[in-house]
Amino acid sequence: MEDTLKLGGREFHARFILGSGKYSLSLIEAAVQYAGAEIITLAVRRANTQEHENILDYIPKGVTLLPNTSGARNAQEAVRIARLARELGCGDFVKIEIMRDTKYLLPDNAETIKATEILAKEGFVVMPYMYPDLNAARDLVNAGAASVMPLAAPIGSNKGLATRDFIQILIDEIDLPVIVDAGIGRPSQACEAMEMGAAAVMCNTALATAGDLPAMAEAFRKAVEAGRSAYLSGLGRVLERGGAPSDTLTGFLHD
Amino acid sequence: MVTVNGKPVDAAGMTAAALVEAQGYACAQVAVERNEEIIPKAELGSTVIQDGDVVEIVRFVGGG
Amino acid sequence: MDEQYFIDSANLTEAQRKRKHTLENDPASRRSHMEFLPGMEQIDPTLRETVLAEMNAYDPAQYTALDVQRALSHADERCSLEEFKALLSPAAAPFLEQMAQKASLVTQRHFGNTVYLFTPLYIANYCENYCVYCGFNCYNDIRRMQLTPEQIEHEMQVIAESGMEEILILTGESRAKSSIEYIGEACKLARKYFRLVGIEIYPVNTDEYRYLHECGVDYVTVFQETYDADRYEQLHLAGHKRVFPYRFEAQERALLGGMRGIACSALLGLSDFRKDALATGLHACLLQKKYPHAEISLSCPRLRPIVNNDKIRPQDVGEKELCQVLCAYRMFLPFAGITVSSRESASFRNGIVKIAATKISAGVSTGIGDHEEKYTGKQDGESGDGQFEIDDSRSLSRMYTDLEQEGLQPVLNEYLYV
Repeated sequence: MEDTLKLGGREFHARFILGSGKYSLSLIEAAVQYAGAEIITLAVRRANTQEHENILDYIPKGVTLLPNTSGARNAQEAVRIARLARELGCGDFVKIEIMRDTKYLLPDNAETIKATEILAKEGFVVMPYMYPDLNAARDLVNAGAASVMPLAAPIGSNKGLATRDFIQILIDEIDLPVIVDAGIGRPSQACEAMEMGAAAVMCNTALATAGDLPAMAEAFRKAVEAGRSAYLSGLGRVLERGGAPSDTLTGFLHD
Repeated sequence: MVTVNGKPVDAAGMTAAALVEAQGYACAQVAVERNEEIIPKAELGSTVIQDGDVVEIVRFVGGG
Repeated sequence: MDEQYFIDSANLTEAQRKRKHTLENDPASRRSHMEFLPGMEQIDPTLRETVLAEMNAYDPAQYTALDVQRALSHADERCSLEEFKALLSPAAAPFLEQMAQKASLVTQRHFGNTVYLFTPLYIANYCENYCVYCGFNCYNDIRRMQLTPEQIEHEMQVIAESGMEEILILTGESRAKSSIEYIGEACKLARKYFRLVGIEIYPVNTDEYRYLHECGVDYVTVFQETYDADRYEQLHLAGHKRVFPYRFEAQERALLGGMRGIACSALLGLSDFRKDALATGLHACLLQKKYPHAEISLSCPRLRPIVNNDKIRPQDVGEKELCQVLCAYRMFLPFAGITVSSRESASFRNGIVKIAATKISAGVSTGIGDHEEKYTGKQDGESGDGQFEIDDSRSLSRMYTDLEQEGLQPVLNEYLYV
């Protein structure tokens, strides 16, 4: 059976989702190609007469656009940005991102749940960025999310899987794809997230701040693929060392 | 006066499409909101901007 | 293969005997076991269908020692459904001690060294079902009895005086004899004498569970007996209990009715015990997933001899197999309470509370109205026959002392009814 990532009735083969922020438009095509990405995120901003280049001209055909709602501070603003994004003609996918904290840029789960409910009813394929909290994740499922996107570490920090144990809980308990987003700084961390059973990994800053962006995109692609294969294969056993139990616990059993 | 992306513009009476073009954008690449309501692309040519309207013209940029 | 279960009482009328034999020998004479009867509430069947599909697809023979070792590598941290299947498979048998060590760690992490104590109180043994292995079955010639509210209160006083704080109220499955109102009144009485009240009665609808909850009940135990629907059909030949899906969904209806906790169980030995254990664990797991606030427990009874038939045995489920199942339950559901009943021996219960079990019964009688006789030796009235033979007949005080001597902490109750 083919291993695909199912989102909003579509099937994807690639499990590395690419961000397009903080690097030049001319690198996007190479980034997409080396990352093997099938989904790329975008932001919606006021048009500015000084910049006439259109980012859509740099994104290879066939790549699914995932606009985010960055800039939104509450559910209402996120809904407004999502509707504008859809009007821009990029399809129904939206990554909800709501922050009312400009220092750490941590997502507001409560507002994210509200926005998810509204947008899912309007037919959006809603992919909410969230702090990995099980109760919030369950609420997002009930609100109609297509996936959940827990953060590994504060956005842009490249600090890796700081929330590892909590992401594992979401992977174990939530039946939607769990896509690890934000904070992943190294390919090895992306690989670990995939070994844990994440459905996909999304990166932006790790690439944008790398020495050689396309080469790092390729490294991430390989890491994500390796982690996925490891997850599907079932990790091997770990040998116990030391600490042999003193008493047997099963000596009382009769045949 | 009309407020377009936060700046005052003398645009009352223009169609939304004409305003977008006058600001230097292609209609195909932007989305337009008037008083927090989206003007669907198909209606840009027939929607007339009124004095006092607040217009936002948005587009895609890079983001994570 | 089921002849061992069939016992004809000399007191059956000719018509009864004929009906009984027809039910036993002619499957076509039996009502469909998959169709709900009028008045039986139907809820979303997704959970039931998911459990049964997984169970039917489970092939215990396909798992290897390597699968078991892989599962054991981290089973004290987390255990997937696939790993649970491996731990239940025959390939895990040689790893029983390792499983017990891991399970023991998990139990200690979640429950410390506490062991909860409770006692069951059977208030009636009338039953309308013909379940071929059960002592209460409607064709079995036993002394039938139903306690009056005064007798119930008296029994409760005797039990409460022993120090017990948690009680499980049981009836045979006869809605006609033991109505919801009758059971409700018993539960209201129980609230006077005990701090925690559970019930193990015939499955009912959501609104009836809600009523019983208002009467003071917070925990509902329903044994599915076997999750193998075809086998279930061969063992439950008549009565409401014959409706397999209605029984399956009882726990979910109980939670919808506002109950705080539920218990799932298969009676091991009726069918392939590994598949039944898989279904029990998954049933509990999915209920917790769908109702995250629910408290989940498992029971793990094995077949026991009954009045008029001492040939009923747990078949291929020996103590080692039972221990394996309990270790697997523990690793798959670290948070779940596990109850081991007095069907098991004192030595088994002393050992298993150090590995996986968190709750055991004490001062048990499965008969009707005989607690005073049992507790004080005073014989002053009639009593009804029991559902099955118990093995461990220790009193509460004896159990308490025994547990303490094993380094465990017996807990009578820590529960707040809200």
